Amino acid sequence: MRRSTRLAALLTAGILSLAVTACGSDNNKASDPGASNAPSSNINVGMAYDVGGRGDQSFNDSAAAGLDQAVKEFGMKPSESEATDGEAETAREERLRTFADNGFDPIIAVGFAYADAVKKVSAEYPELHFAIIDDASLADVPNVASLVFAEEQGSFLVGAAAALKTKTDHVGFIGGVETPLIQKFQAGYAAGVAAVNPDIKVDVTYLTQVPDFSGFGDPAKGKTAAQGMYDAGADIVYHAAGGSGGGVFEAAKEAGGLAIGVDSDQYETADPSVKDVIMTSMLKNVNVAVYKYLAEVNGGTFPAGVTTYDLKVDGVGYSTSGGKIDDIVPDLDAFKQQIIDGTIVVPTTP
Amino acid sequence: MSPRATKFLLGIAAPVLALVTAFAITSLVLIAAGDPAGEVWGQILSVPETRKLTNIINNATVLYLSGLAVAIGFRMNLFNIGVDGQYRVGAFVAAVVAGEAWLPGYLNTLLAVAAAILCGAAWAGIAGLLRATRGVSEVISTIMLNFIATSLVAFFLRKAAVRVEGSNSLGTKVIPEGSRIPSFSIGSGPGTEVYGFLFVAIFAGFAFWFVLNKTRFGFDLRATGQSTTAAVANGISVKKMTILAMLISGGVAGLVGLPILFGSAYSYGSTFQSGLGFAGIAIALLGRNNPIGIAIGALLFSFLNEQSNALQILVGVSPDIVAITQGVIVLTVVISYEIVRRYGVRLEQQHVAQALASEAPPPPGGPSSAEPEEVRA
Repeated sequence: MRRSTRLAALLTAGILSLAVTACGSDNNKASDPGASNAPSSNINVGMAYDVGGRGDQSFNDSAAAGLDQAVKEFGMKPSESEATDGEAETAREERLRTFADNGFDPIIAVGFAYADAVKKVSAEYPELHFAIIDDASLADVPNVASLVFAEEQGSFLVGAAAALKTKTDHVGFIGGVETPLIQKFQAGYAAGVAAVNPDIKVDVTYLTQVPDFSGFGDPAKGKTAAQGMYDAGADIVYHAAGGSGGGVFEAAKEAGGLAIGVDSDQYETADPSVKDVIMTSMLKNVNVAVYKYLAEVNGGTFPAGVTTYDLKVDGVGYSTSGGKIDDIVPDLDAFKQQIIDGTIVVPTTP
Repeated sequence: MSPRATKFLLGIAAPVLALVTAFAITSLVLIAAGDPAGEVWGQILSVPETRKLTNIINNATVLYLSGLAVAIGFRMNLFNIGVDGQYRVGAFVAAVVAGEAWLPGYLNTLLAVAAAILCGAAWAGIAGLLRATRGVSEVISTIMLNFIATSLVAFFLRKAAVRVEGSNSLGTKVIPEGSRIPSFSIGSGPGTEVYGFLFVAIFAGFAFWFVLNKTRFGFDLRATGQSTTAAVANGISVKKMTILAMLISGGVAGLVGLPILFGSAYSYGSTFQSGLGFAGIAIALLGRNNPIGIAIGALLFSFLNEQSNALQILVGVSPDIVAITQGVIVLTVVISYEIVRRYGVRLEQQHVAQALASEAPPPPGGPSSAEPEEVRA
């Protein structure tokens, strides 16, 4: 029952916390200014993750990778904190305020769930600087930088790849949680499939509905949903479901189908046993966005306003590791060019 | 010691024992993990500043209502796991009604609150009805209804949602300013506004105590909870009580999200706080289904949540450690109450034995009369 799952979750969380703390202390050592010729900087970066935090093998991890790179190159001093499932809005606000009160500037909020909290706290601390990922509603706030992505463009390309590679003219899409953000992935994917062949059938399913965000971290749900699609005749399934994607890959392996990863190059990061089913991955380079933002901060300027990471600046894209789509790269690059030129306008809602 | 003092001490002993054990177990986990236990407790047990105190009171208000809703079911021996779904249905409906603003000012608020209570009650009533007419376990049906509530609310949220430019959140229309429940400040600066809904929660707690302990209905409810056969013998309709208890539990559950809705969020969106119903189960267990106990439980959980938030930043330990503490507290509370209850029973037995021994005439042929059984034999 739910309570025993909760208990199990608590134990897991306890174990995870060890991992997180271990990571945290490593970073601090890396940025120790006394260590040989390591670069040093007086910039303290506060990083507020969404639920899952560092180690989620997905969105948060990607942001963490960007932070790590900046810490290594510029010697910034980072501190991290992650959201807990079912926390109050005030908990998010308080997390940002704790950073603000303890000398952290800039403060990076990872995920659109922080939008209201950043809005409130950035007004309380006008002299500090904030960045938020995946939200552009604070475009006019002078001390907030909004880092957003054209997920639909990257998804369009992997949709086209799926359409070019399917043998059954039947593909699938699995979204983690049905939010406007994940619907962008779905819309782009479906448009990409239709651009190649409008007769190809696209199955769509979402693992959970808001406010249940477990769809981003439940491989069992991902596996069941994907099995259903492969059984129904789909041969390629694209997932935008964060940590649930591992289950999608397992189902693909068992069904002899293919799967498309998301956020990072999952061919490189997924479990080696399911590596060979990952045809390509839609890259959403949150790490690039975080790194570029911190690079500017290191240079002495605090960016503000909306920065959109799209195909043009390689903010999104697709991966080719594994060599499964090498033969269609020219086709995909043609689509890519058309999107960059504006000949193809990818929809953001399904 | 007077029996009254003994009873009081025993009552205090259980929660103290539970807290000390939970404290010790969490410390062991921290030490085993190589984390600085001293620093962690130093942070958690530090005196909260006004802003944090405000958050503690506000979040405790929400948890309190959830605990009350669960406790009403518990008193009737019904396990309402569905508070989670009921509060979401209630909060969503209230947000839509208040956002549409069909009535002016506080009339609009009243209408929305009434709608939340009715919808929460109706949602729980389904489980009550199924239990009363078909004997369906309310544990199963309320869990199922939680899932249905999640999907249903998500579906209607997409219909009712107003998208803000550039935002990836979904939310209902914002409640007009005139219909918001005013907060009162307990300090200076931002973030020190305590929900006005606090008074509704206190009133709900008082009503809970009054109805259960001072009315015929409350007696019927407790009687049915303790023994259905006794209730039937007393002419109480168990079916009616089952449905009524679920309706009331669901009605209170409908209130759970409203402090947040009318006090700070002003709309129901995809980031509206989740999992409050499950927290309520733990808090009702912790508070022994007693309105004061639940208040203490809610404040304790809220305090731990708030104080642990900064752990990761200031001490470098994940705040998840507090989830462990909370889980352990619930377990230790259940266990320590049982231990203390058994100890109390033994004390009472000894007491009765002594009383019997001193009252009984000395048995012929033996000065020893310590064992009353022997006396009777």
